[in-house]
Amino acid sequence: METYSNLTPWQTTQLARHPRRPLTLDYIGNCFEDFVELRGGRQWPDDNSVVAGLALFHKEPVVVVGHQKGRDTKENIFRNFGMPHPEGYRKALRVMKLANKFRRPIITFIDTPGAYPGMEAEERGQAEAIARNIMEMTFLKVPIIVVVIGEGGSGGAVALGVGDAVLMLEHAIYSVISPEGCASILWRDPSKAEEAALALKLTARDLLELKVIDELIEEPLGGAHRDFHATASRVSAAIARHLEPLKELPSEELFQRRLEKYRRMGVYTEDLQ
Amino acid sequence: MPPCCAGPGHSVRIAPTEDLTPKCQAEKVGWFTKTKESIVPSNLWTKCQKCEEAIYSKDLAKAAWVCPKCSHHFRISVHDRIELLLDERSWQELNAHIKTADPLKFHALTSYDERVKKAVQKTSANEAISTGLGTLEGFPLAVGIFNFDFMGGSMGSAVGEKIVRLVDEAIRLRRPLLIVSCSGGARMDEGVLSLMQMVKTSQAIARLSRERLPFLSMLTDPTTGGVTASFAMLGDVILAEPGALIGFAGPRVIEQTIKETLPEGFQRAEFLLETGLIDMIVSRKDCRATLAKLLRFFSAPAHHAPHAEGPSNGSDVSTAF
Ligand SMILES: [Zn+2]
Repeated sequence: METYSNLTPWQTTQLARHPRRPLTLDYIGNCFEDFVELRGGRQWPDDNSVVAGLALFHKEPVVVVGHQKGRDTKENIFRNFGMPHPEGYRKALRVMKLANKFRRPIITFIDTPGAYPGMEAEERGQAEAIARNIMEMTFLKVPIIVVVIGEGGSGGAVALGVGDAVLMLEHAIYSVISPEGCASILWRDPSKAEEAALALKLTARDLLELKVIDELIEEPLGGAHRDFHATASRVSAAIARHLEPLKELPSEELFQRRLEKYRRMGVYTEDLQ
Repeated sequence: MPPCCAGPGHSVRIAPTEDLTPKCQAEKVGWFTKTKESIVPSNLWTKCQKCEEAIYSKDLAKAAWVCPKCSHHFRISVHDRIELLLDERSWQELNAHIKTADPLKFHALTSYDERVKKAVQKTSANEAISTGLGTLEGFPLAVGIFNFDFMGGSMGSAVGEKIVRLVDEAIRLRRPLLIVSCSGGARMDEGVLSLMQMVKTSQAIARLSRERLPFLSMLTDPTTGGVTASFAMLGDVILAEPGALIGFAGPRVIEQTIKETLPEGFQRAEFLLETGLIDMIVSRKDCRATLAKLLRFFSAPAHHAPHAEGPSNGSDVSTAF
């Protein structure tokens, strides 16, 4: 990986998962001020793979929510590798509803391999938690900016990913399934992940073309971790640029635009032959 | 194995539902499948997947594909489901012509295009859901029925669009919505566009909800992945068929993650009822009557308290959830 201008989708996947890649709390620390974390989802137990709280963005109060991975093994065990249980999504929703109540914009950061596929997660309603967040985020009366910073892993990402503007870092990925998972099902061979990564069209450029994201945020040469300050200031500028016009919109218009935005997604034919 | 919303979960034998006309039976008598212990005619008799009893197929069809010995609910075709639930000749299909357009030009071991063609041939349908209008005990309904035989009932752009248009019709005609799910989740071959159908369909339910029209979600075996994690779990009432596998992650993915074997009955409808995730389990013979009771409740005129706001802006709907 000498040059980063022509990465393959599989190389991009590696970069999106790079151990030194900036994480949600890095962006919160850099693009926001006075962050106050609210850990209580009012559910048992707290889920450390999701962080949520209040902060100032360009001097204005906002709510920030995101998946949080760890940097090393110890941190990753604490953060469950950024894979939430239902209570993580429910905590995010509780704090987002606080934003709704006090009319503060919401910024979410997406960085997860996916929702955790474990027994407890299933028992407590993983599917329901994701579904509910999608619906409730649709109803929220305040602007929502989504930034995909690393891995956008399937439904576990979508559960924090419904917004008015979806931005994505150049070397982040967003997919219905991981390349490894896709390879083992459709190729019946997990070693075909590289081919699957290509076929899935999961890079930011692909998503821009498929009209799933609104803006691709370019990364410094070598990736976000090579120059975090430059990356963070680009992310901050992009958020501000998208947030500004949204703040003017009445809530009903926000709702209608959110419906139209997602309704357009998908490609099908209606030929009568 | 990483988690996902996609993928056909489970290979379960499909009961032969189409070949039961007298003509077919006459032709098929004498076709035998040899198994280790016994000789079972392949179409005249059907072996129960659960208790392994060989049942005369005609009797099984008459019993709505429920095993007379162990009550196992076989998977049934869209056609049989319509017959089971809706009033005779009331079904009117909508948007049957909507098909996938292979947006990614996806190619794995075979091309997506070929896989779709095979599914169309196998099912005589264009997509994994049939949508339409009908009545149940006289109650007008908008109905969607998933077809597991069509690529594991997976949800891609066409399925998402058909659900959204069905909701449009429900709103236009002020009808309750019933969706009978049977799906392995989002369709991998359309990548992130399939993933976005989770949002698109859930938002359709959000619109329905603002209109105060009921959504009855019926989960059948299996309902997993991106279908469960979107509209299917957003029912005002969630019903499930006995024994149906319902979950986010498929059992194999969970087992690979936790490196343990799952206990018997995990993720089955009965388990979800115990954990409070679904409202009721309805056997096939009772489901029509149960749905009629629910529809009676929802179709009665709304009670308006003197201080109640009009439904026009639906401002209290979100918190009502
Ligand atoms: Zn049986």
